[in-house]
Amino acid sequence: MSEHGTDRVKRGMAEMQKGGVIMDVVNAEQARIAEAAGATAVMALERVPSDIRRDGGVARMADPHITEEVMKAVSIPVMAKARIGHIVEARVLEAMGVDYIDESEVLTPADEEFHLLKNQYTVPFVCGCRNLGEAARRIGEGASMLRTKGEPGTGNIVEAVRHLRQVNAEVRKVVTMSEDELMTEARNLGASYEFLKEVKRLGRLPVVNFAAGGVATPADAALMMELGADGVFVGSGIFKSDNPERFARAIVEATTHYQDYKLIAELSKDLGIAMKGIEISTIAAGERMQERGW
Amino acid sequence: MKRVGVLALQGAVREHVQSIEACGAKAIPVKWPRDLEELDALVLPGGESTAMRRLIDRYGLMEPLRDFAQSGRPMFGTCAGLILLAREVVGQDRPHLGVMDVAVERNSFGRQIDSFEAELAVAGIEEPFNAVFIRAPHIISAGPQTQILCEHNGKIVMARNGQFLGCSFHPELTDDHRITNYFLNMIPGGTGTLLPNGTLYSKV
Repeated sequence: MSEHGTDRVKRGMAEMQKGGVIMDVVNAEQARIAEAAGATAVMALERVPSDIRRDGGVARMADPHITEEVMKAVSIPVMAKARIGHIVEARVLEAMGVDYIDESEVLTPADEEFHLLKNQYTVPFVCGCRNLGEAARRIGEGASMLRTKGEPGTGNIVEAVRHLRQVNAEVRKVVTMSEDELMTEARNLGASYEFLKEVKRLGRLPVVNFAAGGVATPADAALMMELGADGVFVGSGIFKSDNPERFARAIVEATTHYQDYKLIAELSKDLGIAMKGIEISTIAAGERMQERGW
Repeated sequence: MKRVGVLALQGAVREHVQSIEACGAKAIPVKWPRDLEELDALVLPGGESTAMRRLIDRYGLMEPLRDFAQSGRPMFGTCAGLILLAREVVGQDRPHLGVMDVAVERNSFGRQIDSFEAELAVAGIEEPFNAVFIRAPHIISAGPQTQILCEHNGKIVMARNGQFLGCSFHPELTDDHRITNYFLNMIPGGTGTLLPNGTLYSKV
């Protein structure tokens, strides 16, 4: 008897990614560069977040041709993005055999009220969060992996830091609370009581949590690890830099050796220009991807 | 107390550390060649074998790991770790460490949607062992000195070749520490400090 798509199988896949870097790629060639640099998975998409931000319009699931090309090009897991609440995009990606679906705020939401009921799928999902309540709701729907949202496509780490600190501070608070305080905390966070009991018992989130949304340099990746991320997603940071191969390798190594500062100094030398960043206050509130989803 | 290293470049390091410590040994994360000194045994965890291999090369770990194997100390590879140990990897000109006398095929059960958990019959361990397979490899052939410890649907998923133990699945993802315990018993003089088979068994 074998069982497919169990929580353990879906969450376990994310456990294998820990300490690694998942890179956004838009074609087979970029996927090969990412794999050779030591990425633990690639995220296939049509445009990286900074291009989505620049071009405007509606951002959707990538052309299946691109995703297929990437799946053929590499042996590491391939993830792909579906719009928030877009049941059919998610089912299409599952039918194509992608290894993980990102129900992502980087794409234009298909549903402004309801996220996907992810526990109905065999394929596992990763979702974004900015705080413990959001993390709890996504896990409640069946997400098997989380990533803090940050602000995608900016090359600015400030929002990623804010969200990771927020989630971890709230986890620590729950862990130190007494049992009789948890129900009120559950109401305040918009999280289920059972979820908070589990966080308290484990002393951490029940699924792997990566950092995303603004990682542009090896030091940024190491910072996320230092703050307690299980790994990092790098979107525009690699293929919008001057020298993607070197940036990719350096970010992978800085993630593994995140407390070896001499090494990070070496890795950061003469890397060329990182992606041009965006100051968050210059982005109109309505343009912030992190506000998508709830 | 026995000192057991866990290659800590990437992957399910935390889970192996917990399992080793639950069995009464000291777990040491290994990132650099110097970390291999004074270890009694070494675990190569699950993760992505291509990512681990690149970091092994980049940080000069290949020769020290082969020397470790040469020294005769026990090594245990789970999933990606099994791929690192194998003498042959299907589709690759050269193996990684190439020390365990088995040939393996990567992702041989399919993609993530084909990943599964199943109850296995493992030689020397009371049935069943609940095993988690994630984009798992399997052993397509094994040398004459290799003992097959478990098959699933006709595929070899666990084997021992002298000091080397390898499995396709992830015992570290469950709270059942019997396979870690089995491995720790491969350390000379390791038995005394360990609990007998079964006592750590909890079905989750």
